[in-house]
Amino acid sequence: MIPLISLNSLFSTMLFLLLLNNLLLLGAPGLRALIRLTAFQGILLGVLLFGMEHALLACAVLGIKGLLLPGLLERTRRRLGAADEPRPRMHLGVCVVTGILGLVFSLWLETRLPILPDLFPPLLLPTALTTLFCGLILVVGRATAISQVIGYLVAENGIFLLGMPLMAAGAIWFELALLLDIFVAVFVMGNAIGHIGETFDSLDTGRFRSLRD
Amino acid sequence: MLEALILLPLVAGVLMLAVGNAAFCRALLPLTGAGHVSLSLATVAAVARGEHPAALGGLMAPDALGGLFLILASLLFFAASIYAVGYLREEEAIEVRTCIHDGRPFTNSPERRFTACLCFFLAAMSLVTTTPHLGALWVGIEATTLSSAPLIYFHRHRRSLEATWKYLIICSVGIALALLGNILLSVAFYAPGSGAESPVLADDIDSLGWFVAHAGDAAPPWLKAAFIFLLVGYGTKMGLAPLHNWLPDAHSQAPSLVSALLSGALLNCALLGILRGHQILLAAGLGGFSGGLLVFFGILSLLTAAIFIVGQGHYKRLLAYSSVEHMGILSLGIGLGGIAVEGALLHSVCHSLTKCLLFLLSGNILARYHTYSSYDVRGLRWTMPATGALWTAGFLAVAGSPPFGIFVSELIILKGMLADGAWLVAGIYLAALAVIFVGMSVAVLRMVQGARPLDMSARPRSRREPLWSVVPPLALAVAVLGLGLWVPAWLWHFLEMGGRLIGGQ
Repeated sequence: MIPLISLNSLFSTMLFLLLLNNLLLLGAPGLRALIRLTAFQGILLGVLLFGMEHALLACAVLGIKGLLLPGLLERTRRRLGAADEPRPRMHLGVCVVTGILGLVFSLWLETRLPILPDLFPPLLLPTALTTLFCGLILVVGRATAISQVIGYLVAENGIFLLGMPLMAAGAIWFELALLLDIFVAVFVMGNAIGHIGETFDSLDTGRFRSLRD
Repeated sequence: MLEALILLPLVAGVLMLAVGNAAFCRALLPLTGAGHVSLSLATVAAVARGEHPAALGGLMAPDALGGLFLILASLLFFAASIYAVGYLREEEAIEVRTCIHDGRPFTNSPERRFTACLCFFLAAMSLVTTTPHLGALWVGIEATTLSSAPLIYFHRHRRSLEATWKYLIICSVGIALALLGNILLSVAFYAPGSGAESPVLADDIDSLGWFVAHAGDAAPPWLKAAFIFLLVGYGTKMGLAPLHNWLPDAHSQAPSLVSALLSGALLNCALLGILRGHQILLAAGLGGFSGGLLVFFGILSLLTAAIFIVGQGHYKRLLAYSSVEHMGILSLGIGLGGIAVEGALLHSVCHSLTKCLLFLLSGNILARYHTYSSYDVRGLRWTMPATGALWTAGFLAVAGSPPFGIFVSELIILKGMLADGAWLVAGIYLAALAVIFVGMSVAVLRMVQGARPLDMSARPRSRREPLWSVVPPLALAVAVLGLGLWVPAWLWHFLEMGGRLIGGQ
């Protein structure tokens, strides 16, 4: 049975906070702030799932996206002594403006697509797409390996959010497998970041210039 | 028994990590490969007989298409595992390792981790090729990325780290987009129902059979959007241009046996993800849309490969761009439909075997010459007669010369184009193939011909080529030659079974 999401104030507040969180992510200069905002995003997703009566999945999301993954990234950051973004490839202001443009585009798209009102509550689709866009902007616009992983996580959160209304109680194994995959992905990326920090004495992926044609 | 396809490599990998002894890992690796080939053969034989083997509550239920890629992955793993035994022994004997490019010293990652990740990689590919569940397929493809990333970073130097990072980030983000495609697919099928009565609640939702059976009820705009994301997502992993950026870096920096598996087996798995989407769109009567996109990206990949192959001095990158070319040909053949689909499936078989052969040989050349530059490798026919002869044969095969299998498959695809009246596509296809043939022949023949380097002339022929480095490529060369001379009826029947699922005759 699909839990039909009623447009209650808690749900709207969560979506609004997610949007705000996305824009803050794009404007955050320090890695510590980025990691904290990612943790907050994971918690918001978990709360949303609680509202949809997916208690088990909500606990898994809170644990993995809200605590474990940000903890892993923070530990890596501390171990490597990385504090700030050295020099973002895109100016932070440009990132935020691009994010806002992404939001406007998502809102426009919602009016153009044959939306199913009983599947997607208002604002869910634009919020999910904006989250995805913001994740991609972080991957492309930031220079450090940690912020690129955060971008990947944020993009994946957007896709996860879009899939929420489709989550059937019987297919919960798939969402859990997906979470496990994300966890292992970030774990492997965390390991790679450790090696990058040790080998290059920096987390700046702008130094990756050896492999070209 | 079907479960063993995943469990066997999984348990072998765990055992390798637990025991850790190098001799144990090296012995277990080919044994796992041999066991997996037997299981795969039994599975494929059952599918070919028209049976429907299934396991894990329907999570594993291979069809002819998946079965084809399963047996390819399995055979290539077996060949690579035999090669790995000798390779790892030689690696262990090296006292000081220095980077070929910058001369900095580096170490290898622990051998047990390498062999275990190889097994996990095989387990993930087995899941991808046997599952009809699109969610499980996604999980499997992501798992292939995570298990193969440590393989690319086996040699712990700057360049391999750079390649690994690009591979991880680009493919992970790409595959995330494929997940969005999966979600949009579910949305497309939500349209016919309303509220709680929607078929989206069905237990077997996400199962390919269910999607194909109900394709007529799906909402076309969402279905098209879903296919675009599946194509972009899995296309990134498959190396379709312009999403191929990670591919030359990862293939060139990974140990050669890993490059062989990445190119010969993994790219097929990613292609399978796209083909599952194509299957659904064909059933929905939108085959023209998905086929058109496949043809477009196929041509783009062919042209991109042609541009980068000409003048390419790095012979492993040359092979990597050749993979982009062949993925383009596969995409093109499948997009065209009709007889070209069977041609494309035969092409996938021949390409996998040939590319595995060439990458294994590139490992032999690298070990002897310590350079990636095709300008610095001279006189292969003198210094490494067996490798030199096979390298030439492999080049002729991969460039589509008769009498090798790729010639036959490329000809069938061309026939499909002409039958379809796609004259412009046929013209671009032939022109690109001609340019690539010339571009590759310059580099390959330069390496085989010429006088042996001065520092090698004085050496007696004491350093004979060990059997482990020659027998697996030789077996692959014989197979790809055989496929050029004669395609067995049972294989053609199996290709037709697979082809019928994706618009073949």
